[in-house]
Amino acid sequence: MTTTPLLRVQGLTKTFRMYHLDSMLHAFEDISFDLYQGEFLLLRGHNGAGKSTLLRTIWRSYLPVAGQVLYASSHGEIDLANAADVDIALLRREEIGFVTQFLNARPRVAAQDIVAEPLRLAGATQAEALDQARHWLDQFGVRPELWRAYPSTFSGGEQQKVNLARALILPQKLLLLDEPTASLDVGARAALVRRLADLKAHGVAIIGVFHHPGDVAELIDREINLNTRVIADQSAEEEHVAV
Amino acid sequence: MSLDLGLPALERAAPRLMRTEPLLNMRDISKSYGNVRALRHVDAAVYPGEVMGIVGESGSGKSTLLRMMNLEDTPDSGDYTLRLPGRENENLFDLTRYERRMLCARNIGIVYQNPHLGLLMKHSSSGNVAERLLIAGERSFEVLRDKAREALDASEFPLDRMDARPIELSGGMQQRVQLAKAIALEPALLLLDEPTTGLDVSVQALVLDTLKRLQRDRRITMVLVSHDLGVIRTMADRVMVMRHGEVVEQGLADQVFQDPQHPYTQQLVHAKL
Repeated sequence: MTTTPLLRVQGLTKTFRMYHLDSMLHAFEDISFDLYQGEFLLLRGHNGAGKSTLLRTIWRSYLPVAGQVLYASSHGEIDLANAADVDIALLRREEIGFVTQFLNARPRVAAQDIVAEPLRLAGATQAEALDQARHWLDQFGVRPELWRAYPSTFSGGEQQKVNLARALILPQKLLLLDEPTASLDVGARAALVRRLADLKAHGVAIIGVFHHPGDVAELIDREINLNTRVIADQSAEEEHVAV
Repeated sequence: MSLDLGLPALERAAPRLMRTEPLLNMRDISKSYGNVRALRHVDAAVYPGEVMGIVGESGSGKSTLLRMMNLEDTPDSGDYTLRLPGRENENLFDLTRYERRMLCARNIGIVYQNPHLGLLMKHSSSGNVAERLLIAGERSFEVLRDKAREALDASEFPLDRMDARPIELSGGMQQRVQLAKAIALEPALLLLDEPTTGLDVSVQALVLDTLKRLQRDRRITMVLVSHDLGVIRTMADRVMVMRHGEVVEQGLADQVFQDPQHPYTQQLVHAKL
């Protein structure tokens, strides 16, 4: 593990302003933590505690109202909370991945093309990208006869497998996971855990929200409980950090 | 000293990580038609390879802005630069009408909602594409035919119908001819004004997929105007929201749709079916 954090979240606060209700919704306040290369951080908390909101704020789908998200990118350090959109877009293409439980597929695009797209955007040839796409579809248990079909006709579980194959096809530095095992069968869940373990071993830092954290118990290094907002190290009880 | 590129507040405030400069940069564009203020101090920056979506209600100024980008009209005030070789610092609104026409023909493609605006309906489809090449100076019949065929093929137009006149084609096919004409000269910038409005849903999906493939494979920078938030959400990397001739919000597409900051944007997003 390196001594410099890959991610330093400092005083992060998110409030939604809802004009039609003339009210504010406080999602979370003053969250701080560091994340190192190859670390797996689990976010815990009851429904509505702000787990997914925290992930989406780091990903910058949500704009924080205070705080910093300092990320050590390959291009230099950048505050994701305040970075220019064009920089965020580039980091999403190159270094930061986000896996949700929903596939956002364009209509009439084959499963294998959806999965191959991130590689094509990264400059791979069509043949290379399709090769890799088929490999990962196979790994997650999508049957070959579905590879050229449109995922909009698939079951929720099959769509999620396509989603995972697409999201995990490119090596990243930071991976955000929002309930990725929801609606997966046992085989696909096992394939996901294998892939995450492999990414972690290669230094990918991971922050995840899991409905059943037991699925990834062996990978978890630390937890943040957003109910109590205490960071707990899985292995060393002394390293608790109040946030 | 930081460079003021005329970007919106969020972009100006943030120190930039990458040194990518915008392909298109419009600063402080204002335009009135009589008493109607169509555009009010609009800034717009579009980066190489991205799809910028522009949304807003009818009369918000989005199509007027697109016409300015296509140099069909000039504003009362404001600058417009495109990062084209040798023209980086040139305000394109200062060019003569002929210079603007030639620059557009060579560097900017446009697809209109109404194919009658973009096509000669009684000429062949391949002839429509070739006309764009002719304006740019190409004269060899063989080259014209080959390039027109290539552009039509890239737009997924059935080549056995390339001699058919647009008037004989369906709406989806007419849009493909417009697209072929627009990309024939491999433009730096492709402008799309409601390109799928009025098409069947299935045809719309095919046209959008073609556009996405062109963006991915040819790295064409696109500006897409649509009142259909679903289309914008599917296609755009970033979004500008316009109202009453002003840009009220802009950001990454997922951010604008999931965490809209402006009351009007919230209203717009919540109204989506």
